[in-house]
Amino acid sequence: MKILTCPINGPRNISEFVWGGEVKEMPDPATATDAEWSEYLFLDNNRAGEIFEWWLHAPTNTWFIAHRNTVTDVVLETMTVDTYFARRAKAERAEEEA
Amino acid sequence: MPFALLKYALAGEHPDNPHFRWSPDLKSTYDVIVIGAGGHGLAIAYYLAARHGITNIAVLDKGWLAGGNTARNTTIIRANYLTPEGVRFYKESVELWRGLSNELDINLMYSERGHFTLAHTDAALRTARWRAEVNKHLGVDSEVIGPDDIARICPTMNVSDDVRYPILGALYHPPGAIARHDAVAWGYAKEAIRRGVDVFTQTPVNKIIVENGRAVGVETNKGPVYAGKIVQAVAGSSSEVARMAGFRLPITTIPLQACVSEPVKPILDQIVVSGSLHVYISQSARGEMVMGSATDPYGLYSTRSTLEFKEGLMSHMLELFPFMGELRVLRQWAGMADMTPDFSPVMGLTPVENYYIDAGWGTWGFKATPVCGLRMAECIATGRQPDLLKPFALDRFRSFDLVGEKGAASVGH
Ligand SMILES: Cc1cc2nc3c(=O)[nH]c(=O)nc-3n(C[C@H](O)[C@H](O)[C@H](O)COP(=O)(O)OP(=O)(O)OC[C@H]3O[C@@H](n4cnc5c(N)ncnc54)[C@H](O)[C@@H]3O)c2cc1C
Repeated sequence: MKILTCPINGPRNISEFVWGGEVKEMPDPATATDAEWSEYLFLDNNRAGEIFEWWLHAPTNTWFIAHRNTVTDVVLETMTVDTYFARRAKAERAEEEA
Repeated sequence: MPFALLKYALAGEHPDNPHFRWSPDLKSTYDVIVIGAGGHGLAIAYYLAARHGITNIAVLDKGWLAGGNTARNTTIIRANYLTPEGVRFYKESVELWRGLSNELDINLMYSERGHFTLAHTDAALRTARWRAEVNKHLGVDSEVIGPDDIARICPTMNVSDDVRYPILGALYHPPGAIARHDAVAWGYAKEAIRRGVDVFTQTPVNKIIVENGRAVGVETNKGPVYAGKIVQAVAGSSSEVARMAGFRLPITTIPLQACVSEPVKPILDQIVVSGSLHVYISQSARGEMVMGSATDPYGLYSTRSTLEFKEGLMSHMLELFPFMGELRVLRQWAGMADMTPDFSPVMGLTPVENYYIDAGWGTWGFKATPVCGLRMAECIATGRQPDLLKPFALDRFRSFDLVGEKGAASVGH
């Protein structure tokens, strides 16, 4: 990968970005057990395939989400954090209704 | 010798490959299945056979013998870690390495060169002192030396002040060594096979059969195989294989790249690492400068090489060794490193009964091949976590009991 497209700043050289690891669902810190919390902190899915992950555009301090294939290194889509969470909430609602 | 060679070439019949007796058919059951025929998997099979009399073993690999990180690594062997748990463990490995060519009856070209971890900042020097004290306390030969001593021991290194990052001192570890990586895999394979172990390449494990929380077998491209005990030693594929068994790991797969220069006459005896500059180098017996850096900036299941890696490496390397400007890069490659958050491995029991793990070796697992093989074999044979492996159990993440080795392992593999 040479260029990554930040949803706010557009396509930039990959050296401007910092990888933040896969997106995980955070358990509620107030109610999570120690085991749930340690799993959230340390365990990764680490899938060979398509994943959602955090990226930081360092010069502008912009965190965003990328959908990338970890085998081919092809970025399928990048989106703002808001877009990602709105989509996830919608998908969860759809699942509940089904 | 040339005549013998000529005679051999012209002879009608050649003896069988003396190293390996490939097993033609997979049996339906084994006592132990080892997933992964890298140095680690083969060492486990060897020590199970040699020390515990368990020989009904199948070692399965989806690729070829040592086609993973074992024959892609830069072969640095050392015991100068930071934590007492780590130092104790790697020290036992160095002791095993010293007798290993004899034990496996193959020339591993184990060569003790002396190992420098350079410090360019006060913080790095402080870590070096800390490591030296922990090392000495546990009987590992390490000391902090200044630029004058560095220049005396390694005259090719540029210790001048007239650089971007002057060298303030170094952690010097005389037993630091290199070895011939593929011979390690071949040696363990040869001696395991000689004792009755079956090794199958081109045999991927696609599924792990778990019944009532207990692992009983695996599905391969050649059909199902059942076993009393199963162990995975698959480095970069650790998370994917553990998922087949039904649990997750504290691991991310990130490429680690390396390269070698064209071969030249011996000019560098020592192994030189700079954590601050993110580079390390040694000269192989063949004369090539073997060089590497820290892992790639993001996770990937791929062994592709990049220009960014080479550029970053060389810009610092030229400061340390200006003569490198004359050399061309001969080969460049990568391996998939199974990185843990604390830069320490994950070994031993798992949440699945009869299923064992040997993973999280990231960028530092070659040196541990003998001790890990020996102690994992003990773990599998007895069904208990050996004392030496207790700090490295998968459980440690649950109890926040990490073994932080980042200061000693993030660049100096
Ligand atoms: C560039 C580089 C430099 C390094 N430098 C050093 C160093 O200087 N010092 C040091 O100590 N360590 C170093 N390391 C780390 C070291 O190479 C590894 O930790 C070590 O070799 C791991 O050995 P292994 O046998 O566990 O894994 P591997 O040798 O990777 O073997 C794993 C095997 O599992 C097989 N496999 C995977 N999935 C499956 C499946 N589903 N079914 C069947 N088989 C499967 C693979 O085909 C592979 O052959 C370096 C690594 C790299 C990449």
